[in-house]
Amino acid sequence: MQQHSYGRQTPAQLDATFAALADPTRRALLARLAAGEASVSELARPFRMSQPAISRHLKVLERAGLVSHSRDAQRRPRRLEPKPLALATEWLETYRAYWEASYARLDDLLAALQPAPRRRRPRATGAKRPRSSP
Amino acid sequence: MTRAGTMSLSTQGDREIVITRDFRAPRALVWDAYTKPEILRRWLGVSPTVTMPVCEIDLRVGGRYAYQWARPKNVMWLRGTYLEVVPQQLIVCTEEFEPRWYEGDGVGRFELTETGSGSALRTTVRTTVRYDSDVVRAGVLKTPMEQGLAAGFNALEDLMAGEGTG
Repeated sequence: MQQHSYGRQTPAQLDATFAALADPTRRALLARLAAGEASVSELARPFRMSQPAISRHLKVLERAGLVSHSRDAQRRPRRLEPKPLALATEWLETYRAYWEASYARLDDLLAALQPAPRRRRPRATGAKRPRSSP
Repeated sequence: MTRAGTMSLSTQGDREIVITRDFRAPRALVWDAYTKPEILRRWLGVSPTVTMPVCEIDLRVGGRYAYQWARPKNVMWLRGTYLEVVPQQLIVCTEEFEPRWYEGDGVGRFELTETGSGSALRTTVRTTVRYDSDVVRAGVLKTPMEQGLAAGFNALEDLMAGEGTG
């Protein structure tokens, strides 16, 4: 699995990302933008939704930093900003880390709950071995 | 510190996460660790800053469980209903987090198998969590529409993978 290293988002930013992603229309918009930037009218076309309604969704995505738009006066196409999404999807790694930590605690607990394994008594050290002469 | 084995975590289809881990302990003890509140609350999701003030288990088909984790700034609940119970071997239960962090409900399946004996005795726990949404595939992204968007969705993943080299 590839490692990603991104600057840390604040919890508030991550919350905004998740809130923005919580809507299926917004997720579909992001999926479309992943294929390339598009104007609002282009984005609205597949949805049975008015352009203002699509614009409202886009504003939510923009506030969360997931979408940006260029200043091209003519079309102002929207484009995907992948970094917040990548952080949101790093949850799988967080999930993994959570389980690893829980299992490590379980290891220690299981060891503590069992009788200690019997060990051979260690030999007394140094008592009988002659020192080697220089 | 004893570390019985490495954990393996993988996705299975686009709805499931599978985790396997083996432990140096008899199955009966690992079963207890999963089903007795006084033991479970000492390892599941806890840390120096996170405790488990609520841990209730009514282990039978149709029975409920409820866990609450208390963190410095908030609490989190996990509740559910047991769907299958085979003593010492299998637990299947629903999972509802509060606050919710994914759409729909989850179903967790925990299978315990014991192998070896003596100092080589091991218990393997295989955990499969199934989600309603394809949260696994993309974190919280879901493509609800038809095939046409799948390509865009794949492009998104490629895009994010590409960012890793930046």
